[in-house]
Amino acid sequence: MDDRVSRKVPPKPSSSYAFKVFVCLVLFVAMFTLAVILGAKNVSLADIWSAVTDPHAKGDDISVIRELRLPREVGGALVGSALAVAGAIMQGLTRNPLADPGLLGLTAGANAALAAALAFFPAVGYFGTMVACFIGAAVSVMLVFGIIALRRRNLSPLRMVLAGSAVSALLAAVADGISLHYKISKNVSMWTSGGLIGTTWGQIATIAPVIVACLIVSVLLSRPLTILSTNEGTAIGLGLRTTRVKIALYVLTTLLAGAAVALVGNLAFVGLMIPHLVRTFAGTHYRTIVPLSAIVGGTFMVFADTLARMINVPFETPVASIVAILGLPFFLFIVRKGVRSFS
Amino acid sequence: MTKLRLLSRLQVVVAVLALVTLATVLIGLGIGSSPVSYDRLIPTITGHGTFEDRFVLFSLRLPRMLITMLAGMALALSGAILQGITRNELADPGIVGINAGAGVGVTVFFLFAPLDVDSSVYVIPLMAFAGGIGTAVLIYAFSYTRGEGIQPIRLVITGVGFSLALSGIMIVLMSTVDRTKVDFISKWLAGNVWGTDWPFVLALLPWLIVLIPYVLYKSRALNLLALNDPTAIGAGVAIRRDRILLMLAAVALAASAVSVTGGIAFIGLMAPHMARALVGPRHQQMIPVSVLTGGWLLLLADTIGRNVWAPEGVATGIVAALIGAPYFLYLLLFKDSSAA
Repeated sequence: MDDRVSRKVPPKPSSSYAFKVFVCLVLFVAMFTLAVILGAKNVSLADIWSAVTDPHAKGDDISVIRELRLPREVGGALVGSALAVAGAIMQGLTRNPLADPGLLGLTAGANAALAAALAFFPAVGYFGTMVACFIGAAVSVMLVFGIIALRRRNLSPLRMVLAGSAVSALLAAVADGISLHYKISKNVSMWTSGGLIGTTWGQIATIAPVIVACLIVSVLLSRPLTILSTNEGTAIGLGLRTTRVKIALYVLTTLLAGAAVALVGNLAFVGLMIPHLVRTFAGTHYRTIVPLSAIVGGTFMVFADTLARMINVPFETPVASIVAILGLPFFLFIVRKGVRSFS
Repeated sequence: MTKLRLLSRLQVVVAVLALVTLATVLIGLGIGSSPVSYDRLIPTITGHGTFEDRFVLFSLRLPRMLITMLAGMALALSGAILQGITRNELADPGIVGINAGAGVGVTVFFLFAPLDVDSSVYVIPLMAFAGGIGTAVLIYAFSYTRGEGIQPIRLVITGVGFSLALSGIMIVLMSTVDRTKVDFISKWLAGNVWGTDWPFVLALLPWLIVLIPYVLYKSRALNLLALNDPTAIGAGVAIRRDRILLMLAAVALAASAVSVTGGIAFIGLMAPHMARALVGPRHQQMIPVSVLTGGWLLLLADTIGRNVWAPEGVATGIVAALIGAPYFLYLLLFKDSSAA
């Protein structure tokens, strides 16, 4: 995580911005450490240290940390960053404060494709699942924005979200139907509601490169995104190739959302909440919003997952439900206040 | 339409709907995971069938069909009321989040009571009603702005948010207490008709018997409320009282349906629209037609769901969503003219 931020292009890192990044990183590391310590079986800090630094260390706690906790929390951080950044990009791209990969149906599409992949190609590996999720997310992007484009008049932000939720309902029904028919609902719901249970290093090794690469590209594209988010005319006037940038940004959100679903399943609200949270202290420039969203999103997801593990030890509570409950106040607040003040 | 016609348009529409429903019932009775052939249908109904046929027909299929039909009627009526009093073409108890609220009520009940059908059949609708009312009040409060009143789109979107979060609450509540019930709840959320026995018919019927005449009696007020507040006040409608009473009726109808069939959305959206297209917007005519349409739609969805991919079938709510979501999109993008 740390090196991703340091690789960020530093154009004019004002001291206050560097300070904010630093604080967010500290919070992230603290949350991450706490998440590794807490669990059905609490482990000690010393064990964590030796599990990470000493390759010859052995013991129950060490293997719990290495094989269960660490991959899980790394996965959570990746998913949180991916969804938060995807949300930030969508909000800028559509100039819609309510845009979120979950609410606009991207994750539902990825989820339906995941169900289809598990039904028709049961032997598909992590990589295949991930590719299926990409395809599903891409299909739903085209579906939602195609439907929106069918209508000539500009669609209001609220209406756009309603269209997304209808597409979500449709795709969720497709996913349910497929998984019930092929009797794979257990496998599918392991993804959809199981959250990060049983995340392995193998999964992370497949998915992490995609997410990290997308995050880096997102940071690189954050300047054109800022221009786009103000006004299309301005963007063209400033010499931006808007079509090319827009396509690149849509592809980015698709990849980020698809990768997140491949790891954690259908998850709404993260992409909505985090960028708004970040905006309250980081301003409106996407050059700061995107990297900070990545860090804060990772922190939030690790927090939500820890909550999901701790509410009812030793059982797990589906993390998607917890995120939905935490997300509602934000959603209501943005519906009430944000739509008018945004951009 | 000339006045010389023997039958009014309403009568024709009602007759056709009744016939279509009857046909669907007959087709649905015959097919299924253990089919009863049609030449045995009549003898069995008149009391001369084999034990097996009688059992399949009277204990399995008939109650289920009646229940889905009644639930569809309740949902359609609820949707028609909601669309009228909020002046919102997109209102539906499922989309607006009342179903999810009712679901939380039922979940809370299940947490503290065993899954015992006999005693709980009649309590569940009450719990669902309490949950639904709570949610309706919350949604109303959050979509209300001083000076502007309720904005239709904002009401729907607040409801969408609530139903996401309430489904989450339901799952969290369940999973903290009893792992075995989680499966039941997740099926129930998808709109699986689980109450398929005669007591459930009795649990649904009283609500409809009381509330359909009441809403018909109120249809003049609904006509006026659907216009605008000043007109309604001028015509002598006690708008605040009527709106609250009708809202209660809508929630009660949705809650009674949800407690038996689980979360089924879009029926309450589609049926009133179809009814309006058939007989026009006057509630005196629109309400009976949309009740019949709703009953038929859900029956159809359930018959399809039961028979595609037998034997376990597809949850009725899934079929309803597959039909309803495209319709919702169509309304949202091309029809609905209300300001966003």
